Amino acid sequence: MTVSPDALVEIAEESPQADLTEPSGAGPEIGNRRLRKEDQRLITGRTKWTDNIVLPGMLHLAMVRSPFAHAKITSIDTSGAQGLPNVVAVFTAADFPDGMGACANAWPITPEQVTPDHLPMIGERVACAGEIVAVVVARSAKEARDAAEQVDVDYEELPAVFDAMEAMKDEILAHPDKGTNKSAFWKLDSKEAGTGGDVDEAIAKARQDGVVIEREFRQQRLIPAFMEPRSTVVDPTGEQVTMWSATQIPHILRFLIAATTGMPESKVRVIAPDVGGGFGGKLQTTPEEFITLAVARRLGKPCKYTETRSESLISGHHGRDQYQKLTLAAEKDGTVTGLKVDLVANLGAYVAIVGGGVPVLGAWMFNSIYKFPAYQFNCQTVLTNTTWVDAYRGAGRPEATFGIERIMDELAAELGRDPLEVREQNWIKHEEFPFTSVAGMTYDSGNYEAATARAKELFGYDALRAEQAERRERKDPVQLGIGVSTFTEMCGLAPSRVLGSLAYGAGGWEHASIRMLPTGKVEVITGTSPHGQGHETAWSQIVADRLGVPFEDVEVLHGDTAVAYKGLDTYGSRSLVVGAEAVVRAADKVIEKAKGFAAHMLEASEDDLEFVGGRYGVKGTDKGVGLTDIALATFASHDYPEHLEPGIDADATFDPDNFSFPHGTHLCAMEVDTETGQSRMRSYVCVDDIGHIINPLIVEGQIHGGLVQGIAQALWEEAIFDENGTLVTGSFVDYTLPTAADTISFVTENTVSPSTTNTLGAKGVGEAGTIASTPAVVNAIVDALRPMGIDDIVMPCTPQRVWKAIQTAGDHSGDVAAQAQPHFDEGAANADPGVTGEGNGQ
Amino acid sequence: MTRITVTVDGDTYTDDVEPRTLLVQYLRENLGKVGTVIGCDTSNCGACTVHLDGRSVKSCNVLAVQADGHEVTTIEGLATDGQLHPMQKAFHENHALQCGYCTPGMIMQAIDILKDHPDPSEQQIREGLEGNLCRCTGYHNIVKAVAAAAKAPGAELASSKVGE
Amino acid sequence: MIPTAFDYVAPESVADALAALADSDDAKVLAGGQSLLPILRMRLNAPDKVVDLGRIAELRGVREDGDAIVIGAMTSYVDLLADPLVAEHAALLKAAIETVADPQIRRRGTIGGALVHADPAGDVGAPVLALDGELVITGSAGERTVAAADFFEDLFTTAVGEDELLTAVRIPKHTGWGAAYEKFVRVAHQWSIVAVAATVRMEGDTIAEARVGLTNMGSTPLRATATEEALAGKQASAEAIAEACAKAADGTNPPSDLNGDGDYRKHLATVFTRRAVLAAAD
Repeated sequence: MTVSPDALVEIAEESPQADLTEPSGAGPEIGNRRLRKEDQRLITGRTKWTDNIVLPGMLHLAMVRSPFAHAKITSIDTSGAQGLPNVVAVFTAADFPDGMGACANAWPITPEQVTPDHLPMIGERVACAGEIVAVVVARSAKEARDAAEQVDVDYEELPAVFDAMEAMKDEILAHPDKGTNKSAFWKLDSKEAGTGGDVDEAIAKARQDGVVIEREFRQQRLIPAFMEPRSTVVDPTGEQVTMWSATQIPHILRFLIAATTGMPESKVRVIAPDVGGGFGGKLQTTPEEFITLAVARRLGKPCKYTETRSESLISGHHGRDQYQKLTLAAEKDGTVTGLKVDLVANLGAYVAIVGGGVPVLGAWMFNSIYKFPAYQFNCQTVLTNTTWVDAYRGAGRPEATFGIERIMDELAAELGRDPLEVREQNWIKHEEFPFTSVAGMTYDSGNYEAATARAKELFGYDALRAEQAERRERKDPVQLGIGVSTFTEMCGLAPSRVLGSLAYGAGGWEHASIRMLPTGKVEVITGTSPHGQGHETAWSQIVADRLGVPFEDVEVLHGDTAVAYKGLDTYGSRSLVVGAEAVVRAADKVIEKAKGFAAHMLEASEDDLEFVGGRYGVKGTDKGVGLTDIALATFASHDYPEHLEPGIDADATFDPDNFSFPHGTHLCAMEVDTETGQSRMRSYVCVDDIGHIINPLIVEGQIHGGLVQGIAQALWEEAIFDENGTLVTGSFVDYTLPTAADTISFVTENTVSPSTTNTLGAKGVGEAGTIASTPAVVNAIVDALRPMGIDDIVMPCTPQRVWKAIQTAGDHSGDVAAQAQPHFDEGAANADPGVTGEGNGQ
Repeated sequence: MTRITVTVDGDTYTDDVEPRTLLVQYLRENLGKVGTVIGCDTSNCGACTVHLDGRSVKSCNVLAVQADGHEVTTIEGLATDGQLHPMQKAFHENHALQCGYCTPGMIMQAIDILKDHPDPSEQQIREGLEGNLCRCTGYHNIVKAVAAAAKAPGAELASSKVGE
Repeated sequence: MIPTAFDYVAPESVADALAALADSDDAKVLAGGQSLLPILRMRLNAPDKVVDLGRIAELRGVREDGDAIVIGAMTSYVDLLADPLVAEHAALLKAAIETVADPQIRRRGTIGGALVHADPAGDVGAPVLALDGELVITGSAGERTVAAADFFEDLFTTAVGEDELLTAVRIPKHTGWGAAYEKFVRVAHQWSIVAVAATVRMEGDTIAEARVGLTNMGSTPLRATATEEALAGKQASAEAIAEACAKAADGTNPPSDLNGDGDYRKHLATVFTRRAVLAAAD
């Protein structure tokens, strides 16, 4: 490494500074490890989960779900259920001829995207297991469940397709009426976009006199598995119909309810009360929500539906599920010259709310931190008779980072060089920021050298390499592997114009209101919708600093469309970068508005005032008035300048002009027991750069949680369908989430390269840990086994897979064959079907 | 219906319940003790963990009728006279929760670990928590919190009202 | 998540429990509930009556009886783990129970419930089999004793008849024997993918006798008798033990499932038999 850790601070200070408006915002709260306001209710059980809600006369719903993956419904007999005690109604789709709304796809990535209609309740043909064919309504959940078992449904099974590569053949159609399983083809080519060279030329040249690495990788299907099962309560008895739901997207849900049911939007109120985790899994409008709404309105009574975990695992959307082929071209000295990516992405039975676009989000990230001169990304999305697939922590970017970080290790191995050296040779140098990538993204700031130097030091990189060598020498049955992952990601969704250019259905702005209450307290109304991320605390810190009010005097309200009337909710690591920036701007407007009052009250001109620590002072005097005094004065409004409105509350909508680009270096040491194939994590170090940090405590928590989800993809989790399309991993017995006994403590640190896209200089952190960690772990396991002739293990790297790879080692085709993965045919994925959606490089 | 008498968080309740009622359902639906939650249907997640006669159990894996004549402590019974239990405090101070859904069960189990291991090693803490799933925190801070709480007096007691 | 409705009785004596069972065609016995309740919640079983043994004090506890210890069927895992008689005379049982599930489940689960449930992946069967345990079964006609080797008949099937109860487990004392239970799982809370229970009587550094039980290598727990014979009289060296254990999986036909293929399981059984015997002999 060329940079010593001592130079770290210096480098951070030299980074391009964000344009900070006065006041600087770097007061005593920002950067403070503030303990969270949210905790008090959560640690005492004074929580407001949706399932807690009990309303007078409330009825309970139980769903009747198809056990078959693809079937025509030939008859439904509800009579057995209807006669049971306390059963109020049993409905099928036929009972709602005007429909119940629809689960819309809000992001058709091409105009030609094949998008099957996604109705909440199925009347004719079920397209995946778990779809709802009837709903029972009873006075208690028990009675509803008992009655649901008495609903008799006859199905005629249809041929079904589950695997994405199989679906590509269009032999068995997931939706016969659509004529194809192929939903959309999307391409980004640097030559066509004018952001780089011709990748095919680069590859051809490298075949002649350079190095070409070709690899196929499998991103297995995962389940977000938030701890709180989803629940919806609808009260149709008010002037507005109120829906409480365990959702990440109350605003978007409200909009789509209105848009798809025809209900006036002003008659719909959506509340996300306490929500127990989401990770993208609650970023959806669901059949269950629409059914509960329709039933409640039909019956005129409050209704509740809470899913069981088994229902959640089959009916909540899944994540990932891609086949990837990467072709990397480089010169013999290790300089990369081109990258071609072919993806086949499984959408499941429907194109979910943003599901069609999630794989495409990787388009700008496969090239990652490296200066590829030529790049091409081809993505074919396909439909199958499986649970629909959509965003799960990272949404397209973990898939991309996995692909590139794996293949960079393969390049290093091919050249016999250290994997960090090869990366450094090719990455964007600190002094080259802002840097426009070959995919057309402009990365605002970064310092890969500093993060990497520090990570290596914390990790004890050299000592571990020495130990690795020793173990290899003595042929220790337990081998040591070191895995590297240097990543960037694009988050802070998103600049609305960019979203528009991609046909994304909504914008990427965020909204905040600040209300200065007369008694000196401050209400912050945010359009974000936290479900564990600590916004109440972090926004309080920001406002406390900005307005000079005590942290405890700030109340953050969110999640209720009647209170936080405008917003685009929480996902895509956007809340701080976009949402808190809106808060900052609203605060600045308050300060500006109040200035006029201050000038009047102090009989001074506005130009003579300065606002410090919550107080307007007349420069050069000790005359002053506090912001909260002004708030009280405007309540009475007995004496104020005529040209001003009697109020200082303000709101702001912020639309970023770019994504934000956190980065980091992750190092993982894995021990692999070659006798059993079992791997054990020895240590994990990460140095992440997420710009300026508002609350280090919250940041650490986000990284830890992200790491374990990414590690779990590498080692433990996979959603598996059997040959009948039944979800075999249908409970937590078989969908193996890690426990505290399976994981270790991590070493996490940060460097600071401030973002230039927002006043706070912050970048998103929510998904970074997950994006980086999966390849770090897999690279470590492969690194441990490479001397045996193994160059890949398919995820999850189960002990059996590792063991079998060792048994068939040396025969590369045997590794993949032993793991029975479908292959890309020549030209399979990038076969342009004649119509394409072109990516707009920026 | 079966008549049961159960003491929960210091108060005694008498109810007629269907035998199939799980203890966690009894707590939530009959008693309104919604602090205890349900996270799965196969007894893996531990979010429903409470203390039965002072020791931790998964309340989804106990019938309400089995609790007849016994004492239950839930997350809502931990704080005494407005004072947080040392384990609650430790979770707060160590940022050992994010969404909070697993937290009640995690706290109740953490207290139980200290009854057997008053000065637990990291390994003992991690193994003691293997029946409690968390998706948000990655467990790192939870382990820290339990270790920190072990140093506080009274951390292994469920509440001053319940004997050991 | 919600079981079907059932009637419930909590008798206070074995005789009353037997009468309650005889009274119904479709009754289930509730011991610790840690296996039964998940089954009822998933509606994999819908009994019309549940007979709760929880109030029958005589079914709990461990006592000495000459050259054996006798464990009441309703003795919980945590009580067994804390019991000095188990620690001294049946260390292998303790070693296995330490690995069962998680602490909350060990609080409620019972040895009898686990044995009668007879999940091939359960951890109690192999040690009881390896320790030559005897199962005391009580019916209206009185008590009978069945050797562990005859007790496990098939997946989830034992010698306990419809109107009978397992009331005690009799373990011949293995005082001073070394013991180890090697359990292979992918994540901590899983049922055993493969596990090996090994207990040895040492004479100096020689293995005088060995007993080896295998978990989840078939539809019932299995004894690796050939390995036991091969180990008898061997020096407790790594090489000798490895050689003796090399055929530990011979004759087994383990299942192939999500967690492992049959051939992988056989390999694991060999590896863990070696490791368990090494640890037990230490």
